Amino acid sequence: MQKLIRIEPSKCIGCKTCEMACSFKHTGEFAPSRSRIFNEVFLDEAKFITVTCMQCDDPWCVKACPKAAISKEMPSGVVIVDKDRCVGCRTCVSACPFGMIKYVPSLGIVDKCDLCGGDTPECVAFCPTQCLTLEEEDTPLRQKVLRFVDAMKEGQMEVRK
Amino acid sequence: MSRFSLKGWNGKLLRVDLTAGTCTDEVLNEQWAKEYLGGRGLGTKYFTEEVAADVDPFSAENKLILAAGPLTGTYGAANGRYMVITKSPLTGTIASSNSGGYFPCELRYAGYDMIIFEGKAEHPSYLQIHNDKAQLVGAVHLWGKSTKETEDAILGEFHGDAKVACIGPAGENLVSFAAIINDKHRAAGRTGIGAVMGSKNLKAIAVRGTGGVKIADPAAYREAALDSYGLLKENPVSGQGLPALGTPVLVNVINQLGALPTRNFQKDTFDEAEAISGETLASTYLKRNKGCMGCIIGCGRVTGLAGARFSGDGEGPEYETLFALGSACGVGDLAAITKANYICNDYGMDTITVGATIACAMELAEKGLISEKEIGMPLSFGDADAMVKLVEMAGKREGFGEKLAMGSYRLAESFGAPELSMSVKKLEFPAYDGRGIQGIGLNYATSNRGACHVRGYMISPEVLGLPEKLDPQATADKAVWTKIFQDFTATVDSSGVCLFTTFAIGAPQFANFLTAATGAEFTEETIMEIGERIYNMERVFNLKAGVEAAQDTLPKRLLEEPIADGPLKGEVSKLGEMLPEYYQERGWSAEGIPTNERLQTLGLA
Repeated sequence: MQKLIRIEPSKCIGCKTCEMACSFKHTGEFAPSRSRIFNEVFLDEAKFITVTCMQCDDPWCVKACPKAAISKEMPSGVVIVDKDRCVGCRTCVSACPFGMIKYVPSLGIVDKCDLCGGDTPECVAFCPTQCLTLEEEDTPLRQKVLRFVDAMKEGQMEVRK
Repeated sequence: MSRFSLKGWNGKLLRVDLTAGTCTDEVLNEQWAKEYLGGRGLGTKYFTEEVAADVDPFSAENKLILAAGPLTGTYGAANGRYMVITKSPLTGTIASSNSGGYFPCELRYAGYDMIIFEGKAEHPSYLQIHNDKAQLVGAVHLWGKSTKETEDAILGEFHGDAKVACIGPAGENLVSFAAIINDKHRAAGRTGIGAVMGSKNLKAIAVRGTGGVKIADPAAYREAALDSYGLLKENPVSGQGLPALGTPVLVNVINQLGALPTRNFQKDTFDEAEAISGETLASTYLKRNKGCMGCIIGCGRVTGLAGARFSGDGEGPEYETLFALGSACGVGDLAAITKANYICNDYGMDTITVGATIACAMELAEKGLISEKEIGMPLSFGDADAMVKLVEMAGKREGFGEKLAMGSYRLAESFGAPELSMSVKKLEFPAYDGRGIQGIGLNYATSNRGACHVRGYMISPEVLGLPEKLDPQATADKAVWTKIFQDFTATVDSSGVCLFTTFAIGAPQFANFLTAATGAEFTEETIMEIGERIYNMERVFNLKAGVEAAQDTLPKRLLEEPIADGPLKGEVSKLGEMLPEYYQERGWSAEGIPTNERLQTLGLA
């Protein structure tokens, strides 16, 4: 079953350690602007939202690539850029509706999250609050099920419209 | 131009001549970087080399330095800090004030370690930095705006992803305890650095940086970070207390100990402590926890006053604020304290000094030394509404606010009772009574910026038992411990790392981090030596500035008036027992003057 980075925004403290860890692992520098994961801080609303590539089942970037440089690997399900095939045409950048693949001028090719190639992703390893975890995407969080069950119990076992 | 060969640092500073309106890049002095690191140490080194000690803080000859450390903008502990260095208008000492958030890291990603502001702009201006492009632009349209309004306006007109540090109306009005606020809610709070910025007609610094911080040995750095994370997580303070309740966790702890200064230090337990505790904050106005960039502790408290009798939202109050605007003023109204905290953030003011100054005014009124007419309203301990009103008046310098804006010492002095100012070297005490906790009293008396807890946080061993428990009432060994805490803190403040990490990590971890990051070699010994060098450098500056060793003392109340209530009733500070030993530990003369011999050993003479 495919594993993904699960994000629970309620646990996030807006520290951007995920961006630091990602860029340090993949570029050798602490450079959040080159991170493949984005921790956005909304100071006024006190909301911290983290987004990264969700490794789509039928990815726009794969379909858009004219050089067949992007593929969804199985069984891991990770969407990978073949660095030797990528010509830096940036078509995938336009195609991805989430902005999760980007062109890197210094490399001349595109870059995206590859879940750190099978290891524990670096952002997950360094997240201080376990806001990020590596999980099987099809399995809901047990806590979520329990919260729902609790609500049902309070509602005298009825789902109300 | 010489080259800068080490990693960790960017090796570059920006010099901004406000008089001429120019911005110039300079290579960082590599020798000084090795000897003083960055932040407080390196900033003070540049400052003391370039500025005469007798400079008038508000003159064009005073400089204002913003300095990150070689670890700022990296992971590992809580590495989102920077330091502001100048000569303080409040104390006349060297001023250095620390803050964290996103701004310090962004400065590093833009390629700079430090900014030196000199001269004075003719008109209100602010600095824009976009990677290697820096320019001064007009800020007439921002003058008078709150810190929040200023940041929002700059994000709109300069760059939506920029990070901003700015002053509010208090800094513009030269309030002697004005702060510099970054990322809307974080304050480089103490010693009036915001007023120096205001005196230079400098409203804000906005930075957008898309570069990276280079590390000499990435694998070793990563290992050091994982080691440090483990220690920080396991530690009861950095792993549990601070993440759970933030610094307000201390309200109940210090009140139960009997050392929570109340009613301008006339009492040491506060009847309404529970109402202003971290626990109460968590169940009332707390919206969520927040960390500075790269922080694993997350002590920040994002709060809002929806449903309360005041309105607003922001961050805080911190423990020190709950004391200064709370127990020190006899105010047990958490909504009022939180509101006053927001006003301080919007105007850009130090919550500790403004609260302590209002508390001082309350005692002056209580003792009949100041009249209702002079204040413009009735004033007594416990009056929450008056406290909130006075905070705003101080920021505006309106009415009695004109007097408050001088700080508690000059206020009390002007009414003939300087002994009622609870301060050292004109900086007001934070939230621990030095009568009940002897070591923190010694630290207050000898701190290079006046009564400050974060120059040598003796509360850690004396109350929290870290790294080991000391008896708070004992005087034995307090001199040597205070020196160690003061020196180590100077190194931490110069690395770009938050002091709160030091509950869990010490000199060995900092040596590992700095060695792996920079490629220069640091050991436990050099870590402590760097701190001692910085401490002595600051001391020498203060002595030259006319802040004499005789000012290494405490107010009469702490030395002679025993604590009136609570578990520590009857205690006074035994500073006289500890101070000679402290001077000896420091290798200073019996009069508190650093000896030539010690200065030579430290490379300062």
